[in-house]
Amino acid sequence: MTAAIWDSGFAAEGDGDLTLATDVLVIGGGPAAAWAAWSAVTSGARVVVVDKGYLGSSGAAAASGNGVLAVPPDEQPQVAIQRYRQGNGLADPRWIERVLDLTWQSMPRLEEWGYKFPRENGEPVRKSFYGPEYMRVLRRRLLGLGVKILDQSPALELLVDRDGVVAGARGLQRQENRRYSIRAGAVVLATGGCAFLSKALGCNVNTGDAYLMAAEAGADLSGMEFSAQYAISAAVNASATRGVPYAWATYTDADGNDLGGFENGRGRADFLANALLKGPVYARFDKATPEVRAVIEKSHFIAFLPLRKAGIDPYTQRFPVTLVLEGTVRGVGGIRLVSDDCAASVPGLYAAGDAASRELLAGAASGGGGPNAAWAISSGQWAGAGAARFALALKNTPSDRPLRAVGQVGLRRTEARPSFDSDAIIKGVQGEVLPLDKNYFRTEAGLTTSLTKLDSLWRELRGTPRLDDPRSIERSRTAAALTAVGRWAYRAGLERRETRSLNRRSDFPHTDPAQRHYQIIGGLDEIWIRREPVEDVTGHSHLAVA
Amino acid sequence: MITLLSETLCISCDMCVKICPTNVFDRVPGDIPVIARQEDCQTCFICEAYCPADALYVSPESDRPVPVPEKQLIDNGSLGEYRRILGWGPGRTNNSDRDTAHLLRTLRGPFRDNA
Repeated sequence: MTAAIWDSGFAAEGDGDLTLATDVLVIGGGPAAAWAAWSAVTSGARVVVVDKGYLGSSGAAAASGNGVLAVPPDEQPQVAIQRYRQGNGLADPRWIERVLDLTWQSMPRLEEWGYKFPRENGEPVRKSFYGPEYMRVLRRRLLGLGVKILDQSPALELLVDRDGVVAGARGLQRQENRRYSIRAGAVVLATGGCAFLSKALGCNVNTGDAYLMAAEAGADLSGMEFSAQYAISAAVNASATRGVPYAWATYTDADGNDLGGFENGRGRADFLANALLKGPVYARFDKATPEVRAVIEKSHFIAFLPLRKAGIDPYTQRFPVTLVLEGTVRGVGGIRLVSDDCAASVPGLYAAGDAASRELLAGAASGGGGPNAAWAISSGQWAGAGAARFALALKNTPSDRPLRAVGQVGLRRTEARPSFDSDAIIKGVQGEVLPLDKNYFRTEAGLTTSLTKLDSLWRELRGTPRLDDPRSIERSRTAAALTAVGRWAYRAGLERRETRSLNRRSDFPHTDPAQRHYQIIGGLDEIWIRREPVEDVTGHSHLAVA
Repeated sequence: MITLLSETLCISCDMCVKICPTNVFDRVPGDIPVIARQEDCQTCFICEAYCPADALYVSPESDRPVPVPEKQLIDNGSLGEYRRILGWGPGRTNNSDRDTAHLLRTLRGPFRDNA
């Protein structure tokens, strides 16, 4: 393997590059990508999936068990009302209803494909997954349907035609040491959200790549201010971000004083973040009865595995806990959807799962695992079918169109400018977005200071990237994506001068009814932001906000 | 963080190379794979689930590599735990039907008492 093929940087195509043409290209390797690929291929399209990791092990869903908001039809109206209220004014009742409907209809398919659900009274209970098995079943199904899957193949930039229509992507086969270029009739972005390499469970593949690629193609984003989602984890293993067992914990400070709060999305808001800013916090699952233990050890085995390895008995021993940033993975923001088939705001481009803004389902609040799993299943299918429809209706096949690659920062050499250190930039971004006192609790002064630093990192990224080998190319592109996402998240957080769910403004602690609007954001060197009104709930009077 | 690729147990199938979401391992022609980029490990444990030889160990510490005693881990049966939980592997029955997540709602949460 020679490094020489990279001498011209990523820009030039070369001998040995893999070139493919297809109807639908799906970028990503989690459930949203898999459901998009399934939906596209069963709509009659040829489908290629590219993922930076491995479709089966990549992402938040594969890495553990998770619940699914799969609700039987007779319970859906009631659940829709609950979901709408939790969205704090920004969820869309019609989208909630269609997600509930499609998710419920989709679950039996998994059983047909070989997933074994638990049973009660002889009937399957299709309400949750063991993640690795869920993704293994999906992968096997896709391969059976003739979907071509390229693993270990991060996409780095989109291809567009003369009219700006998205028509493929370029990337790396990082284990083959070669570039690829895939022409497609339409592209689905399903690479997940952005957790800023925090090591939240399974989320280090979720580096906001889709947001950057979409923005470079001219698409816009929405809800990026709702990105300050953190999850509890044991401090020794600041990774297994599964909060459910912690609902049965007692929390104490260093001296053993009971802090009186509890975690897992209920009760006193912000208890844990406030306590951690004062000092170490310890948890012990001492409120878990044997009956509770029997359930949580099987539903959330991944929270117990590292504790057991570390020799901690969480029921009897106090152990330090921390909060890990989950960003827009379990948060909300992402590529703005402009139609029922999950189209982005440029033609030929579709988005699904955490790559898409989840405001339509979850509003301003973290959906939590169950709604997010339902979102992946439903938005994935809509995006896949939409992309297939678009691709199959094209007059010119993708290979007829002259295309250009639109990737910029972190990918193109600009000879006159100095090089930069991608790792240092990533550390710099993390220094602004990981700390609780900068991101969890936001202020105008803090956000402004952070934005100044992030803007400066972005200018550095405008320099000459190291493009010596696949890893350095991937790394500089990741640095660019993280910096871009940090800037969009904080700019949107700054513009929303209120506290609304995941945008916690210490200087504006209340929710302002006059700011019940969406914030659409985009742009690279120059970031722009605009407001969009929330569609009224007319026709859904039963969902009127209290 | 990944801390052990057991030379005694590894069967050179390169499954870990293929499935690691963050590309931590490298193939070595004619030899067992190596942990090439330990610093990229996200501590998701999924390589343990896929390794057919139970030859990998991911330590719980996510922020630093902590050396582990290989022989002790083998002797006390610590390797391959994720795989056993899932019921993956020859001679095992898939355990996804043991998922209890749907029962969580039936449990009384202590938080309801002091809300």
